[in-house]
Amino acid sequence: MTTTNTHETEIHIDPDVPLVRITREFDAPPDKVFRAHVDPDLFARWNGPNGMETRIDHHECRTGGSYRYLMVDDSGEYGFYGAFHEVRPGELIVQTFTFEGMPDGVALEKLWFEDLGDGRTRLVTTSLVDSFEGRDGFVASGMEVGIREGYERLDQLLAG
Amino acid sequence: MAADPLSRVFAALADPTRRDMVARLAVADATVNELAEPYDVSLQAVSKHLRVLEDAGLVSRTREAQRRPVHLEAEVFDLMTKWIERYRRQAEQRYRRLDDVLRSMPDDETAPHRPPDTGAST
Repeated sequence: MTTTNTHETEIHIDPDVPLVRITREFDAPPDKVFRAHVDPDLFARWNGPNGMETRIDHHECRTGGSYRYLMVDDSGEYGFYGAFHEVRPGELIVQTFTFEGMPDGVALEKLWFEDLGDGRTRLVTTSLVDSFEGRDGFVASGMEVGIREGYERLDQLLAG
Repeated sequence: MAADPLSRVFAALADPTRRDMVARLAVADATVNELAEPYDVSLQAVSKHLRVLEDAGLVSRTREAQRRPVHLEAEVFDLMTKWIERYRRQAEQRYRRLDDVLRSMPDDETAPHRPPDTGAST
């Protein structure tokens, strides 16, 4: 048994388009990894950041379907929703993603389930938004200081 | 509207020569001539790369008259790498939970679970 380093999550921040790509391998075949995305109960068990509970409102992972869920912790509830644009079992999910607090913002996400053989899968997720600021907001979100403070601090550093 | 600070830093580091320059400046300050040495490019090209790094706030040049050594602004560099690392860690935590979910799933189930209200068709 090797260490978790063999399944290191890789982040690629594209310099030319406002896109983030996340790559990760799993010791399970594509059908299984796909099912953990499609089944609402399974999805709720792993989705979201640590310390937050996912409550599914609805989750119809099929071409033309939609989803909505709440992320819940002591600080409150945060709603997210989107449409499943294209769903091909064990292969691809194309979906939109919107935070209810920013209803005009939308990310286009593609999840590729690549069969590596030997019961293994490489999951490649891309999130494309319509501005670099929006993309960087995604990347910087969850920082304790928050995006605004982060930018203020960066502005100060750049001015200094 | 100008590109935001973080995007400028990402763009500046997208180029392999500039990444290499940053890596060398992380060890010690260097003059433009010293920086240009290992590359098969003109001093002008190196100066151009430096300007991009300067505009992104990644490096600065002191006003020491002749030498004007280039200095890496480690704090800007660290802030950006921290943002990315934090984002990566969040994804990693999520996927470790997915690892656990996958281990708990039976191997032979092929039909995806359907929500009760959409099960009528097929």
